[in-house]
Amino acid sequence: MSKRILLIIPSAIVAKGLEQVFKDLGEFEVCAILSDLSGRPEAQIRSMAPDVVILDPVIFDYASRLSAKSRVSNLTGAAVLALSGPYADEEALRQWDGVIGLMDSPTSIIKKVRTTLEGREDSPKPEGEELSVREKEILVCVAKGMLNKEIADQYNISIYTVITHRKNITRKTGIKTVAGLTVYALLNNLIDTNTVE
Amino acid sequence: MTQNSERYLLSPSMKMAELMDIDFSLLGVLTRMGLSFGFGEGTVEEVCRKGGVNPETFLLICQVYAYDGYRPTRQVLEQADVKEIVNYLHRSHAYYMEVAVKELSDALERMVQPCDGRRQDIIRKFFGEYKEELSKHFEYEENLVFPYVYSVLGHAQGGQFSIGEYEQNHSNVEEKLEDLKSLVMKYMPSQCDPQEAYKALFYIYSLEQDLRKHTVIEDEILVPMVGRMEHE
Repeated sequence: MSKRILLIIPSAIVAKGLEQVFKDLGEFEVCAILSDLSGRPEAQIRSMAPDVVILDPVIFDYASRLSAKSRVSNLTGAAVLALSGPYADEEALRQWDGVIGLMDSPTSIIKKVRTTLEGREDSPKPEGEELSVREKEILVCVAKGMLNKEIADQYNISIYTVITHRKNITRKTGIKTVAGLTVYALLNNLIDTNTVE
Repeated sequence: MTQNSERYLLSPSMKMAELMDIDFSLLGVLTRMGLSFGFGEGTVEEVCRKGGVNPETFLLICQVYAYDGYRPTRQVLEQADVKEIVNYLHRSHAYYMEVAVKELSDALERMVQPCDGRRQDIIRKFFGEYKEELSKHFEYEENLVFPYVYSVLGHAQGGQFSIGEYEQNHSNVEEKLEDLKSLVMKYMPSQCDPQEAYKALFYIYSLEQDLRKHTVIEDEILVPMVGRMEHE
C-alpha cells in the first residue's frame, strides 16, 4: 500500500506540482491538500492519518516558527518535512525531519521522503556518537562479509534501513571499506579473528 | 578551464630556491624529476636545462602541487612534454612503493610493537592488503597505460586500448588509506606508541596528499594530452 502524504501548502501551484510528482512516481499518494492549519479541527487532521506531512513553514508566523514542529507533532505522529523557500530560516529548518527544496528533482524529493521515513522506521535515532547496539550487530555482519540483503533478512528490516545503518556506522567511525570496518570490529573485540578468514 | 593559470605566478625566471619555498611538497617533485639540490642561486630555467628537464613541464607539475584545484589550460599543456610527464608518474610510483609506503609500514610496525600479537596481525594484514591494491593499481598503469602512451608517441597503432578507457577510479585505494587514518587516530589500542602513531599519521597524510596530486596529473594532464595526440 502506498504511503499517505498530507500537504499543507498555501501556494496552489506548488501543492499541485508536488501532488503530480508523487502521482507520477507511485509509492506515495497525496491524501489531502490544506492551504494552512488555522481553523482546522484537530480531529480532522488526525483522521487523515498521514504517514508524511510536507508543509511550507510560511504557514507559521515568525514568532512561533521555532516551535512549529512540536505543534504539528501534537496533531499527528507523521514524519514532517518542510519546504525550503527563498526566505528559509536555517535555524528553524533544522527542527523538521527533512527539508525539500523547491528546485529538487522529483527523484530527489522521493528519496528524501523515503529516507526520512526509514530513519523513523526502526533505527534508535543515532543521537550519541558511539555505535548503537543495532549498528554494532550490523557492523559484525558486514565484517563477516554478509550482503545487505542477507543482513536485512536476518534482522527483518528493509535493505534501505540496512543502508541507513551502514551510512551511520561510516559517519561515526570515519571508516568506509569493508576491510577497514573489519579491523574496527576485530580491535574492539566485536568478532574474533577466526570468523573473518 | 578558464584563464586561471594566469593567476599563478610560477615562472621559469624565478629562483629555484624561491619556488621550493612556496610549498615543501615541491621538494619531492624536484627529486622525482631527476634534479638535485645544491642548485645555488640558479633560476628554475637554468636548473632544469642543466638537469635535462623541460622547464615548462616541471613548472606545470609544480603548479599542481602548489595550488589545490589548479587545472592547466590548453596552451600550458601544449608546452609540456608527455614523455616527461610519464617519466614523472613512473618515478612517483617507485617513490610511493619503495619509500613512502615503506616508511609508513615501518612506523605502523613500531607503533603496534607494544601490542599483543593478535592485534599486530590485524593491522599488518589490513596494511598488507592496502599495499597490494596500490601496487596493482600502479602495475596497471605501468603495464598498460604507459606503454600505450609511448606507442602513440611513436605514431604506432595503439591497438585496442584508448586513453578514454583509462581507469579514472582511484577511489578504493583512497578509501583504504582514509580508513587507516581513522583507525590509527581513533581506534588503536592504548598500548600503542604515541610518537610512532604520530609518525604513521604524518606519513599517511603526506602520502594521501601526494596521491591526490598524482591523480590530478593523470586525469587533468596526461589524459587530455594523449587524447589530443590520438586525434592528430
